[in-house]
Amino acid sequence: MGIRIDDISFEYERGTAMQVTALDHISAEIPDNQFIGLIGHTGSGKSTFVQTLNGLLKPTSGHIYYNGEDINGENFDKKKLRSDVGLVFQYPEHQLFEIDVLTDVMFGPKNLGLSDEEAKKRALEALESVHMPEKYYKSSPFDLSGGQKRRAAIAGVLAMRPKILILDEPTAGLDPKGRDSILGMISDMKKRLNMTIILVSHSMDDVARYVDRIMVMGGGKLLYDDEPVKVFRHVQELESLGLAAPQITYIMKLLKEKGLDVSTDALTVEEAAAEIMAHRRELHV
Amino acid sequence: MFDSITLGQYYQTDSLLHRLDPRVKLVGTFVYLISLFVVDSFAGYLLAGLFLAVMIMLSNVPFRYIVRGMKTIVFLLLITVVFNLFLTPGEVIWQAGIFKITREGLTFAVKMAVRLSLLILGSSIMTLTTTPTQLTDALESLLRPLKKVHVPVHEIAMMMSIALRFIPILMEETDKIMKAQIARGADFESKNIIKKIKSMVPLLVPLFISAFRRANDLAMAMEARCYRGGEGRTKMKPLVYHGRDHVAYMVLLAFFVICILTRIFF
Repeated sequence: MGIRIDDISFEYERGTAMQVTALDHISAEIPDNQFIGLIGHTGSGKSTFVQTLNGLLKPTSGHIYYNGEDINGENFDKKKLRSDVGLVFQYPEHQLFEIDVLTDVMFGPKNLGLSDEEAKKRALEALESVHMPEKYYKSSPFDLSGGQKRRAAIAGVLAMRPKILILDEPTAGLDPKGRDSILGMISDMKKRLNMTIILVSHSMDDVARYVDRIMVMGGGKLLYDDEPVKVFRHVQELESLGLAAPQITYIMKLLKEKGLDVSTDALTVEEAAAEIMAHRRELHV
Repeated sequence: MFDSITLGQYYQTDSLLHRLDPRVKLVGTFVYLISLFVVDSFAGYLLAGLFLAVMIMLSNVPFRYIVRGMKTIVFLLLITVVFNLFLTPGEVIWQAGIFKITREGLTFAVKMAVRLSLLILGSSIMTLTTTPTQLTDALESLLRPLKKVHVPVHEIAMMMSIALRFIPILMEETDKIMKAQIARGADFESKNIIKKIKSMVPLLVPLFISAFRRANDLAMAMEARCYRGGEGRTKMKPLVYHGRDHVAYMVLLAFFVICILTRIFF
């Protein structure tokens, strides 16, 4: 089932001199069990877009249907929607507030009206999913390192057992090691929990390796919505949006220009290496 | 979430009032507020209202925008009016049980409502047309004489501008944290007062932490740029009076004198 987005637009400060169009007639389908990368430059409207998906922002025009029901309809249960469509904001560690990590992660499930026991069970599961070391469960969330805080915050949303999990720039402000470990964890989660994940990012390198589908936003419009390989064929258009294809795509293109007949569709270093090795006979070394 | 709070927020446009020296506007607002307490007749209020109407026209800020900001204080206005209406002793003109309205009360309530509205509109015209930075610059400049008696004028102005600067930031932060907690199923719309207070904890704790973090960062950034207080500090945009500012002072003086005259003659 999933989410169907039907021609939505959104304007900030509507009716004033400061009116800004953040979303401009977007339509798309978010099916079950897919790993989606949502890419766009700062100000492209991607954060606004994901906030409309769980009903935090109401589109100024157009409709969003979750399992066939209009989420901004009168009798729609928003609370249920928000547990089904989990949204992890940018810098989610800024939302931590409880005395210890476990209690903080239990906040979401308890808001769903679950018993302490059930909430705790889900929290423990979620903490395990984000690879949080057990020794931190009882520490104050404010004593953790940046990367650990982020894991705790992601667990806080995961504990609500969403069917669709949206992560807005989950790697912002992390060092390369922290970034790889968070992305690896998300990919691992996707495989184990069979959920739809929407990974919002401005870095192609971040998402290319993991996702099944890429949506590119620019100026409030949905510009591309396709498999990664196909999206990356539009390198020039992406660059004009202030984005770039993964670095490895550039290397493969360069190799091809220099006369090595490789495919330029490789998305990861591993794929590229295999592709080059397949053509190693043509190399004059 | 805070779309409705336009009261006193700077409105970006170009107008005579926007270009006026902030010192004139600060003094002008002050004079206007005093004049509202000087006048005590309907003729006087009419004059003050007219003056404000002209100012609003000169400000180029849409009237709708200004009125929308007033929404937030309607409640305060209502309480004042109701209290004055029912609790002023005098000649009774309407009575129902223990509630009675007197002629004096009615006059007083209307005057009070007009005075309060003008007061708030008048001061919001200043903040609508003046950026917080200009405002504190003006304050610093106007209070400079107090430096002679060792009042830390620059420091006060700096604290004020930092405080003002943080209002929109913290508001945005509040909005963000609120949304993040709503996404985790938090309920901020509960009617139950105990629940409502309890629901503030997930909002206030992160907000305080973020305020401290930002304050720390700012202090660090200021130190890194060798900030050492106001001694010998120059301005990028020093305040200079132009012809229009002198004219504005004259207009203000004339307005104030007329206000005093209405007090004497009406």
